[in-house]
Formats: sequence, C-alpha cells, structure tokens
Amino acid sequence: MTNSKGYKKIPVGGIITEAGNSAKYKTGDWRSFKPIWNEEGCVHCLMCWVFCPDNAIKTEDGKMVGINYDHCKGCGICARECPRKEKALQMVKEE
Amino acid sequence: MSNLLEIRWHARGGQGAKTASTLLAESSMAAGKYVQGFPEYGPERMGAPIKAYNRIGDAPITIHSNVESPDVVMVLDPTLVGPVDVTEGLKPDGIIIINTTLSPEEAKQKLGSDEFKVATVDASGISTECIGRDIPNTPMMGALLKLVEILPFDEFLARMREDLSVKFRGRENIVEGNIEAMRRAFEEVKLA
Amino acid sequence: MAAEQKRVAMTGNEAVAHGMRQIDPDVVAAYPITPQTDIVQFFASFVSNGQVKTELATVESEHSAMSATVGASMAGARAMTATSSQGLALMWEILHITSSYRAPIVMPVVNRALSGPINIHCDHSDTMGSLTTGWIQIYAESAQEAYDNLIQAVRIAEHPDVLLPVMVCQDGFITSHGIENLNLLPDEVVKEFVGEYKPEHYLLNLENPITVGPLALQDSYTEVKYQQAKAMENAKQVILDIAAEYEKISGRKYGLFEAYKMEDAERAIVVLSSTAGTAKAVVDNLRAKGEKVGLLKPRVLRPFPAKELVDALSSVQAIAIMDRAETFSTAGGQLFVEIRSAFYESDKRPLMKNYIFGLGGRDTTTREISRVYADLAAALEKGRVDELITHLDVRE
Repeated sequence: MTNSKGYKKIPVGGIITEAGNSAKYKTGDWRSFKPIWNEEGCVHCLMCWVFCPDNAIKTEDGKMVGINYDHCKGCGICARECPRKEKALQMVKEE
Repeated sequence: MSNLLEIRWHARGGQGAKTASTLLAESSMAAGKYVQGFPEYGPERMGAPIKAYNRIGDAPITIHSNVESPDVVMVLDPTLVGPVDVTEGLKPDGIIIINTTLSPEEAKQKLGSDEFKVATVDASGISTECIGRDIPNTPMMGALLKLVEILPFDEFLARMREDLSVKFRGRENIVEGNIEAMRRAFEEVKLA
Repeated sequence: MAAEQKRVAMTGNEAVAHGMRQIDPDVVAAYPITPQTDIVQFFASFVSNGQVKTELATVESEHSAMSATVGASMAGARAMTATSSQGLALMWEILHITSSYRAPIVMPVVNRALSGPINIHCDHSDTMGSLTTGWIQIYAESAQEAYDNLIQAVRIAEHPDVLLPVMVCQDGFITSHGIENLNLLPDEVVKEFVGEYKPEHYLLNLENPITVGPLALQDSYTEVKYQQAKAMENAKQVILDIAAEYEKISGRKYGLFEAYKMEDAERAIVVLSSTAGTAKAVVDNLRAKGEKVGLLKPRVLRPFPAKELVDALSSVQAIAIMDRAETFSTAGGQLFVEIRSAFYESDKRPLMKNYIFGLGGRDTTTREISRVYADLAAALEKGRVDELITHLDVRE
C-alpha cells in the first residue's frame, strides 16, 4: 500500500485512530490465482468460511453467497478444503 | 565569600559524621542561613575513614565541590590523627576540634603544628554517659557551636530536639540524652 | 504574584521526590539504581502514606520500568519513572519507542558514570549517550533547579505542540545527595500549574479505540520521524513559554541556558549542571580582580539551542567548553562539537577549547576552573589554542 499522507496528516506518534481499518486495506491485488464459486455444486457446509484466513467468504443466513475479491489473496485453501468431489470452489489463473 | 564557613568532618563509618553534617545544615537553615551538607561518598563501611562537609553562609552558595580549605575540621575519632592528614588545607587561622581525652595542648603537640587553633572534648565519654553508646556526633556539634559562631546555642538545641524527636520517635530518653550530651560538650570543650 | 514558598534544606533527590508528590502522577514504574534510588524510596513512602494516588509499580528492571511507563502513558495515564547510568542504558531501546509514540513521560535522571570500570559517581556519560533518542533533556545546577525543572517538564512534555518525553537531569551525589537550601511551592500551586493530563488519543478511550505501535515502513517512517523532529523544534518556544509562566508562580527565571556575567566577558566557560555553580564562584572571584570572565550554563541540550548559544557567545574572545563525558571520537566532547559546529555560519569565531573533566565523580574545584580561565588567557595572548582537547586533572 502506498501511504500518500504527508507528515501533517499522519496521526501523531504513528498511531491508528480508526478501529478496524484493515478492511480498507485491499489485499485482493496480491492474487495470482482466484477461487471461482460454482453455486450449483455447493452444499453450504461453510468449510471454506471456516478456513479462509482473510475472512473473504461472504455468507448470508448461514449460506455461502460469494467471495470478497477485495480481500481474497488467492491462497487456495478454500478450494482445497471444499469437500465436494466436483469442487464447488476451483482455482483459476488470474488474467 | 568571607562570611562563608566551611567545615570538614573526619570520622569512621558508623560514627554519625554524615548525620552530623545533615543535622547541622538543617538547623542552620532553620536559623536563616544558606547551607550545604554532604558526605564524600565512597565505599561506605563501618570503621573506614570517611569525610563529610558543611558550607554555611549568609548568601546563596553555588560551589558544588568538596571543601578543600576548611575553616573548621571536626575529628570524631582520635585514632584518625596520623593515618589521615586531618589538617590538610585547614586555613591558617582555622580551628580543629578533636574528640579525645587529651588536653588541647597535648593534642596540639600530637598534630605537630602551631598554625591552627586546637580544641578537644571527650565526646565519646560524654556520649557513653549520656546516651549509653559511643556515638560522638551530637556532642561534637555542641563543641562546634561553642567555638564557632553559627547560630545561638538555645535555638540550635530547640531545632535539634525537633529533628531528633522525629528520628527517634517514642524514644524520649535518646532524644534527651543527645541534648544533654550536646549541652555538656558545649560546656566542657577546651581550647588551647 | 509568586506564591508563598516553603524554605527547606534537602537533597536534590528529596526535592525531586517532593515535586513528584505534588505532581501526583497516575503511574510510576521504577527500578532502583544508585544514585537515583532514594527518589523512588521517598516517593514510595508518599504512596504508602496515601499522600498521592499514584499506582506505583516496582518492576524487575529498567527495561521493564520504561516499558511499563510507556504502556501506562499510552493507556492515558500521566506516567513517570526515574533512573541513572546503567539503568538508562538498559532502557535504551524503549527510550526511542517512548519518543516515537510521543508519550509525554517525565523522567528524573540522576547523572552517573557508565560502567566500566564500575563507578557510582557523577559524570554525564549516561545522558550524553541518549542525546539521539528523541527525548528533551534539561539539566539542573542545584536541587532547586532539579525541582523547578521537574515541574516545568510536565507541562513541556504534555504540550500539544510537543508531546515528547523529558529527562530532568541532575548530578549524581553532588546535588542528588547533598543537602542545600531550596524553596518548595505550595502543593496546590503545583497542582494547578501542571493541571490535569488530557490526552487526545489513548488506549483506554473506549469511544475512540486506537492502535499504538503499528508498523511504519518506507512509506511512512520518514514522516513519523519528521513529526518528531518538528515537535523537538517546537519544544524550544514551549520551554521558554512554560518558563515564563513558571516565573510568575515561583519568582525564578529560566531559559534555554543561563548567562552569568557574560555582558562584557572576554573569556567564558560553558559547562553543565553543578560544576556551573562552582564556576560562578570562580567568576565572582576573578571579576573582583578585574578580569572579564563569564559563564554560560546550558539548561536545555535537546532541543539544542544552537542559534541562541552562538548569539550569547559570539562577543566572547575565547571559550572553554567543558564536557563531563568522553565520546572517544578524539574530536572532542559532545557539547564541544555541537557548539563549535553551531559557530560554522558565524562571522565571529572565538578561540575555542575543549576540556573533558569530572569523569566518574572526579571532584572539580574552583582551583581547576581557575586554571581553565588562566588557560584561556594564555591562549588569547598567543592568539591560538595549542591543545584543542585537554583532559582536566589527569595524572601522567
């Protein structure tokens, strides 16, 4: 990340004054592979959600609804842990 | 500068020279003087020769070194005369007060110099009789107050009673013993 | 109107402890080291007597003392510690963290020589070694100044334009353990002067949670350091403003340095702390003989008042700068190189000579100081300085 703030704007003492601001730090551009979700093959076991180290599996009412590509680093853990034989999550090369 | 009084105390660790310099500074301050009181810190061991100092004056004192040319030398232990150069730097018209049973004339002979005024007092004897222990610091202060103009003796005793009452809270006999020892030394000190 | 003050005879350490009692900080974390020990010892008795509300943490080392003090400060507390010599050395890495976190901690430092050889007495090798840690440094000649500096330091440190930690230095044993006269301000006057500490951001503020000590790499470390440098620059004026305010309550005047009989001085000594007092007596003595000598006692070394010192010294013809610490640079003591460097742009360049003195508590008397003034007279006569750096009173 490039911090373009000048010395007058950076909080004194280098503190972070905003709680939970890591959400603003988009790590999605670190990816070289990205997970593709195949909704039809998904049984909503949420193993992907459990294992995702970046909290990038989006859920609603206890169901998988998609992937937060702003924060998904493309590590591939979700695809590896997906228990379905046909894999509801598959890694493809980033274009 | 002429009204600045400089005192050097010689003693052995445990005889109360540091306490004497502290008490003298505090009581002189209470009488409106500018004061310093400090020991020469080193490896403090019971029995080892030590020095402590006072500066007392009517104007603020800025010098922060040891006293090199004292007006007064106080010797709390007669056995230091010889092994320690107790008259080192003592001003020619200065005075040395020694805790000893010797007469001032005998002490003068032992020092082997005619340059200084010599006074003696049996501070150890007085201390043993009045306090029950050989702690010669307070009687030596009595002798000092007799021979050197610092503050009125009554005022000094009143201040000392206050200070000692804090130090020896609930041990009235020790406080009064010290006061009596100072009073006796004030009377008994002899100048050659 | 200056407040009615209590005239007392006490040691520099006792005076500082009383200052701390009057400030009544929220947290003190400390570890004992000679000759700092009885500051905290006196203060501990104030804690146990209920005279202060301070949380006193007796930690297991100076590294922990400084760390705990930083933690308390970032949590939102007015926090203090105190140390000397090896203790300051052990705090080293946290000293930098303190200033970079902008923790306005006030720390009395009782100057003592660093080991080895092991030595408990005064020199300035401890704080001279910490000049680059981002702390403000204020030096005291006497117990009175140590007390006055401590109280002012709280306001300087916490000033929103500054927010930097402050070391309040005095000479080990010489003033820390010597009894002398001083005036103590009434408790309520000190309390009112220091006021309540109200940090803008602090960890225990649940309304506005913050993160302290995050990583700052190439993209922002420079800016954070520049902020610190700017704050140090701001401190110069703040120190003067607080001194003016303090003069109103105490009647005692303070600046970035003290110039003693400098008006028409041809020769001057520059020296810190208690030795400056001894030098004043020499100045008086020489002045009485008609010699035009003066003394300049720096009070604040960080920020370094370069311009102000040059202004104050440039009418002098010969200057002896006395350093109470070796730097082993072989190019002179710290004070010497900084003052000499400050003169680079000046049109007037007096003869300048460096003395390294008083190491490990070596007593420096009026005799040695008189010799330094005599050396300057000889240099003036010759028109040059033969020996740039002299180790005073060293045996061959």
